[in-house]
Amino acid sequence: MTLRNRWRKTLSTVMLGLTGVCAVVAVAILFLMLGYLVYNGWRSVDWDFFTKLPKAPGETGGGMANAIVGSFQIILLATLIGLPVGFMAGIYLSEFGGKTFAFLVRYMADLLNGVPSIVIGIFAYAVVVVPMHVNSALAGGVALAVMLIPITARSTEQFMSSVPQTLREGALALGASKWKTIATVVVPAAYRGIATGMILGVARIAGETAPLLFTSGNNAYMSSGFTQPTASLPVMIFLRATAPYEDWHRQAWAAGMVLLLLVLLANIAARLILSRGIAVQK
Amino acid sequence: MATSAAVSAPPPSGAGALLQRLRNGDEVARLITLAFASSILLVTVGLIYQLWTTSALPRQKFGFGFLTSSMWNPVSGQFGALPFIYGTVITSVIALLIAVPLGVGAAIFLSELAPPRISSTFTFFIELLAAIPSVIYGVLALFTLVPLMRDYVEPFLKKPLGFLPIFSGPVFGFGYLTAGVILAFMTLPFIISISREALLEVPTEQREAALALGATRWESTWQAVVPYARLGIFGSIFLGLARALGETMAVTMVIGNDPGIHASLFAPGYTIAAVIANEFSEATGDLYLQSLVALGLVLFLLTIVINAMARLLIIATTRRGSANP
Amino acid sequence: MKKSSLWLCALGALVILLTAAEAKVLINAAGATFPYPIYGKWFEEFAKTNPEAQINYQSVGSGGGIRMFSEGTVDFGASDMPMTDEQIGKFKNKPLHFPTVLGGIVPTYNVPGVGQDLKFTPEALAGIYLGKIKRWNDPELTKANPGVKLPDTEIVVVHRSDGSGTSFVFTDYLSKISPEWKSKVGSNSSVSWPVGLGGKGNEGVSGVVKQTPNSIGYVDLIYVLQNKMAYGSLRNAAGVFLRADLDSVTEAAAATAKSMPADFRVSITNAPGKKAYPISTFTYLLIPSKIDDPAKKKAIVAFVRWMLTDGQKYAASLAFAPLPKDVVAKEQKQIALIQ
Repeated sequence: MTLRNRWRKTLSTVMLGLTGVCAVVAVAILFLMLGYLVYNGWRSVDWDFFTKLPKAPGETGGGMANAIVGSFQIILLATLIGLPVGFMAGIYLSEFGGKTFAFLVRYMADLLNGVPSIVIGIFAYAVVVVPMHVNSALAGGVALAVMLIPITARSTEQFMSSVPQTLREGALALGASKWKTIATVVVPAAYRGIATGMILGVARIAGETAPLLFTSGNNAYMSSGFTQPTASLPVMIFLRATAPYEDWHRQAWAAGMVLLLLVLLANIAARLILSRGIAVQK
Repeated sequence: MATSAAVSAPPPSGAGALLQRLRNGDEVARLITLAFASSILLVTVGLIYQLWTTSALPRQKFGFGFLTSSMWNPVSGQFGALPFIYGTVITSVIALLIAVPLGVGAAIFLSELAPPRISSTFTFFIELLAAIPSVIYGVLALFTLVPLMRDYVEPFLKKPLGFLPIFSGPVFGFGYLTAGVILAFMTLPFIISISREALLEVPTEQREAALALGATRWESTWQAVVPYARLGIFGSIFLGLARALGETMAVTMVIGNDPGIHASLFAPGYTIAAVIANEFSEATGDLYLQSLVALGLVLFLLTIVINAMARLLIIATTRRGSANP
Repeated sequence: MKKSSLWLCALGALVILLTAAEAKVLINAAGATFPYPIYGKWFEEFAKTNPEAQINYQSVGSGGGIRMFSEGTVDFGASDMPMTDEQIGKFKNKPLHFPTVLGGIVPTYNVPGVGQDLKFTPEALAGIYLGKIKRWNDPELTKANPGVKLPDTEIVVVHRSDGSGTSFVFTDYLSKISPEWKSKVGSNSSVSWPVGLGGKGNEGVSGVVKQTPNSIGYVDLIYVLQNKMAYGSLRNAAGVFLRADLDSVTEAAAATAKSMPADFRVSITNAPGKKAYPISTFTYLLIPSKIDDPAKKKAIVAFVRWMLTDGQKYAASLAFAPLPKDVVAKEQKQIALIQ
């Protein structure tokens, strides 16, 4: 073998080896981060964390019960607004859409998907907080709903479109009207994929902080109703981590671990649903 | 979108006809879902409208000078976007410089070399990285990356390379470089996952042809496969860039919050998203608040353009992929 | 599918019920981070004796407090910086300033090998924040600290990134003792800092200083004490080096207590007097003079009364100086102005 060929062969092995290193590094980053977070969070989480309200600065103890409930309130609002709208819009796009209008809607949905979440926060502030003169869970829910709608619409459309035409035609041939076909045949056929899309969407908005900073604000207590400032896990994590108090750092780790585990569990569950079952019945 | 043309009669016209159409369940369904779909249009238009009207003051006062002025002084009422645009661009560039080689390399491994089981397991984990909330990246960066950069990495770079302007000045731990590094971690999963898919689409004939001509494995990959998939790879880079531009929380926690333009990567800076997050809830006075909204508008336009380019590239890849049997 | 959506509705109804059951009066307040430790304590203690009122205080900075108060997003605000005439002009009914406690802003630092009580001359502090004094072993610092081994490292300056009353008081002091600072930067809640990193809130600045070697920041005394950080002494107008504590801060207010204007808006930085700490300040609650909701009004008035009497007892343990007696008396009269 000539020298040149030997060099080419060595180069090949080295470069391909490097790509393997890249892949290992990428996965290692995930595990290092997760590991460190769980390590610190596990040491910090206790029963109080889930049941008590936060204490005054400088005092140790207390918990984030209000943030956990608050996050739940805000996410509930966002899903109540966002999921139905996105779902219906997705159905329109896949079943009824004409050429230009559907194209426009799709384009706008993708546009909205790419908007940084802080800009959506500005929008929700202008549209909800300013007229209502108060920070509220509603404002936070609206901001997150605006993010959830395009995600849900596009994923619903994607899975509905992949239902084979034969199913639709079969139902129509049996005399079902179009809307009945959609409701009883197409949607159930695609429900796995649709559900997955919804879970992933909700998991994504559950971790968002930026749009909540000036919409739902924060609350030292449990929020009574949807028109009051509401504490949320991501905002609390941010506030606690950037403060000097060691006890607050401890709580930030605990909250971070709880939030991350919830988001990851939702993601893993969604992917398992998708991969185990068939997304669309053939 | 099959309409059962054979079943329904041609629709009559006129006002009374509308009522007749409404009795048809399909029409109702169509109108209802149409209404929901229109809401997406409404929201997007509303968003653009809000951003435009709530940024009227600085646009009137500064005009295009807003984009080129580097003065951000709430006291004297002088607002310029340049430091934030600079910070946003610099941190995103640093992020790409780290994430692209790492990401494309990993994608090559996962698509070309790894056995299918490993490839899909690794991909599963890497896609989980994309699901981690920004604030969690921020907390980890604040407590682990910042001390690491301050005590080891930045001094390590400064010793031999301190004469370069980008590595000059004091070392804080907080700053452009640290923000760029955490952004790299956040854009990595996007680049890997999309590049991998683009690479998987490359027909085996390309590989085989190169190998048949005597190329080494690496040469066939680098010179035949990757160029074929380059549109998709570029698409993934643009997508990663779009994500990096809009990232707020992780950057806010490590960038040092200084509204100035600095040559050194070790210096503290600011990005558009970070300054809005920090100063929006307390901007006193209409001009100040509206200047922040104007910054939001700039960021919005920037991400639209980059996202559009990304999508064009990715569409071009799939179209090209399906065109070639 | 049908079953799961039923569960979801039930869950949602449960949440709504749970949260609606809390029918207490929620009062929203926001503002200064400077007195957050004591306000947090106060609202906790006040809730024990007045359980029907919940006061939710968000520590967003004086700038944020004034802004949210002006917009009506909160029921009352808090600020170390008295509102300007322009800001007051935006209100239909003129808001009232109620000083709550006195506090001291200290220069806190994290210099390896250097312990407590580093001495800072006014020139040193101004020079550091102007970016002219760049290293810890600069002559301006070494000559004031003869026995201390200051390292030859770069000073990491930390300031506030948000609109801050603490910044206002600090820059007010710097403007008084440094003509160069006054002309170059000026004093306000948000200025164009010549150098340094920005931290959000007193919490953020102390957080950064605590983590970053060779750094210096300006924060309220209590943050430094609660986090066991080092803080220095300043040379006051009478030429004496002293640290912030209850006596020196109280002394700073003594000179102005007699000539306190009716709306309580004063600056007590660089006060005369041998024992006066130069960067001291009152911190204020901003209360509307007209509160429409009777339940809220009752709770707020009750809190102000409590604050002026029982509340003052908690000040000392949290390193704030209680209000001088004449000021308390004047404020108690001002309560009557709340309609």
